[in-house]
Amino acid sequence: MDFTLTPDQEAFRERVRSWLKANIPADWQRKIGSSDVPRPEAYEFLRRWQHTLHDAGFIGLTWPKEAGGQGLTFMEELILHEEMAVAKAPPMLNILGVGMAGPTIIAYGTEAQKKRYPAKILSCEEIWCQGYSEPNSGSDLAGLQTRAVKDGDHYVINGQKVWTSLAHIADWMMLLARTDPDAPKHKGITYFLLDMKTPGVTVKPLKQITGDPEFNEVFFDNVRVHESQVLGEVNGGWQVGLTTLMYERLALGFGLQVRLRITLESLIELARKMEKSGRTVTKDPVMRQKIAQLWIDTESLKYTGARAITKLLKGEMPGPEASAGKMVWVETHQRLQELAMEIEGPYSQLMQGTDWALDGGTWQYTFLRSRANSIEGGTTEIQKNIIGERVLGLPK
Amino acid sequence: MDFGFSPEQEMLRATARKFLENECKSEFVRARMAEPAGVTDEFWKKLGEQGWLGLVYPEEFGGTGLGFVDLTVLMEEMGRAVMPGPFLSTLLGGLAILEAGSSDQKKEWLGKISDGTAKATLAWTEPSARWDAPGVTTTARAAGGGFTLTGTKLFVPDAHVADVLVVVARTSEGKRAEDGVSLFLVPRGAKGLTTKLLPTMDQTRKLCEVKLEDTPATLLGAKDGGWAPLERVVQRATVALCAEMCGGAQKVLDMTTEYAKIRIAFGKPIGSYQGVKHRAADMLVDVENAKSLTYYAAWAVDENVPEAALASSMAKAYTSDAYRKVAGAGIQLHGGIGFTWEHDLHLYFKRAKSSEFTFGDATYHREKVAQLINL
Ligand SMILES: Cc1cc2nc3c(=O)[nH]c(=O)nc-3n(C[C@H](O)[C@H](O)[C@H](O)COP(=O)(O)OP(=O)(O)OC[C@H]3O[C@@H](n4cnc5c(N)ncnc54)[C@H](O)[C@@H]3O)c2cc1C
Repeated sequence: MDFTLTPDQEAFRERVRSWLKANIPADWQRKIGSSDVPRPEAYEFLRRWQHTLHDAGFIGLTWPKEAGGQGLTFMEELILHEEMAVAKAPPMLNILGVGMAGPTIIAYGTEAQKKRYPAKILSCEEIWCQGYSEPNSGSDLAGLQTRAVKDGDHYVINGQKVWTSLAHIADWMMLLARTDPDAPKHKGITYFLLDMKTPGVTVKPLKQITGDPEFNEVFFDNVRVHESQVLGEVNGGWQVGLTTLMYERLALGFGLQVRLRITLESLIELARKMEKSGRTVTKDPVMRQKIAQLWIDTESLKYTGARAITKLLKGEMPGPEASAGKMVWVETHQRLQELAMEIEGPYSQLMQGTDWALDGGTWQYTFLRSRANSIEGGTTEIQKNIIGERVLGLPK
Repeated sequence: MDFGFSPEQEMLRATARKFLENECKSEFVRARMAEPAGVTDEFWKKLGEQGWLGLVYPEEFGGTGLGFVDLTVLMEEMGRAVMPGPFLSTLLGGLAILEAGSSDQKKEWLGKISDGTAKATLAWTEPSARWDAPGVTTTARAAGGGFTLTGTKLFVPDAHVADVLVVVARTSEGKRAEDGVSLFLVPRGAKGLTTKLLPTMDQTRKLCEVKLEDTPATLLGAKDGGWAPLERVVQRATVALCAEMCGGAQKVLDMTTEYAKIRIAFGKPIGSYQGVKHRAADMLVDVENAKSLTYYAAWAVDENVPEAALASSMAKAYTSDAYRKVAGAGIQLHGGIGFTWEHDLHLYFKRAKSSEFTFGDATYHREKVAQLINL
């Protein structure tokens, strides 16, 4: 057991740190609001930011060099995310491309596909979205009904996706569609790389609980996609799609813990300046217990992550500790956001737009947004099914 | 960074598991529960032969010379077997001697502890059940070049079988309560020393009342300087205890998932019902997080990093809750059979409870965490 970094890794950390210090735009938070999730007014800024990061060689660290990556390990990836969080760097806009589409294309793509897509994902020239969920299939993803029918060397796509994050600004979509309606449900799905500008694609933004239109409905009306846009085997899309989800958990997981820690520090700041019944919140024994428990849970997430990364670095698959990660993060983050509301008390009712709102009303936004955590990327109930069945081996 | 166990540590785990599966079966545990000693000479001797009684003491004092992470591995396995006996108490006494003792005291006692010829314990808490310095009211008076101790200690583990007690006593009223605390060695049979075995819910853990009446004692370490080494000893023993708790919790999870696969209700294995499956998943999360925090704490105390105190409190706060919840869920998911004396679950349930209140419960350690993060 050893928590120290190698000299190379220390040097990498230094390099990231000083680069971030020199390059993070000074007042970006004031201009576009700080939040883990990019808000609409931030898109253009974030596109440029990712491009800058890419020019500096900080995107796609674990991708192979041929694909435009840096060929480094998960350790460097972790260091990068830690430093970005500590420096309060703007988030990455093309997170679905970098975290999911890219790695999946590198794993399953033809030579032509591997030449065509990954580089533009890294530079943020092309933004990706994930077209999996449909009105009648979310958790039960394999029940999806969007149809793709072969017509010469094209497929004709009809159907609808929903809750598609960033579809309104995306250039490409990872699309799952049914190519064989007679096969068992997992065996008739194909994974397509869809150009969002193809005629017949309509995107309709959906307003979320926060008031922001961050996700969308996407309609396909006789959309023609060339067969060269199939990723992996025809009718083999389920496997490819699962790979994406595995990367999703890994990629999103890295930054989450560190950002949680930063959010917790903001919460403590808030607690220091608030009073309950004339006593500073941080002096209240019950509140101290709650904050300390959040601290402990946040730290446990870090060490659980470290155990998983250790296995990855040794070339093994992460064990039970990895599957627990997302669930623990979700539960801890939601509890943190609830506690922020409790600390604010009656002030928690005030939104951005009045001087009375605390911290500019950001907690209200992050509190509302946190409700999605236990739904997006697989609900908590589904995560528990997965742990029960795949990790503990319980029957279906 | 490498947050995993070395091949040698994995080997230690395999050896310990096999040893305990053979030597510390349920029947053995239950027989020890029913007897005052809680251990047999034969079993203790075997632990010594394995090199486990002196695992973390330097070789120059007769120990095996391994580290705290190795001890963590061993303790996990001992917790898995709900091993009875004075292992943890002897570790406490031994660590105190290692931490505070003179070279002669270490030579005298650590060798005997390591080869199994002596057992030790720490007599710290009193009827006030406080873990802080003001809780130490047993007094030490200078007498004829040495000291005599007077007071009552409570919740002292295995004092009835210990060959030597490390007693925490007050030598002076300093500015701070911490300043006047000293450590002493009191051998078995010392004048005025009486130990009384108390009935405990967790019969695998024997607790005593210890009375000292003008009992002659030898100073261990500096006069008035006992609090700092005591804190370090307890910090380390807390991590060892957490490891033991993790091992027990993992075993409960294993028993429960196995049972959920074979127990049929309404024509299906109960593990296929989500009420059961999801609770099992929650148990897994509790166990894995407890391990993560405990392993980190083991590394931190081993390396003696500044974060060690925080790491140890985080681990104990989390693990206290986790083991209690997991053991409770284990009983629930077993139904009626889980409530019987015959099933082993109650051994774990009771061990979880006794461990929860050893060295401070979750509430106590959360407050410590709050202080250590400057809240
Ligand atoms: C903010 C946000 C962004 C999203 N972005 C995207 C995106 O970019 N691309 C995309 O494809 N999707 C996206 N999603 C969709 C998300 O993946 C789905 O919402 C999620 O998988 C749940 O599906 P559903 O909404 O159909 O709910 P349902 O599947 O209908 O679930 C409803 C409830 O039933 C429970 N449930 C369902 N099945 C079971 C079961 N077997 N056992 C126990 N409980 C069960 C669920 O846990 C849930 O509580 C996003 C969602 C959110 C909230």
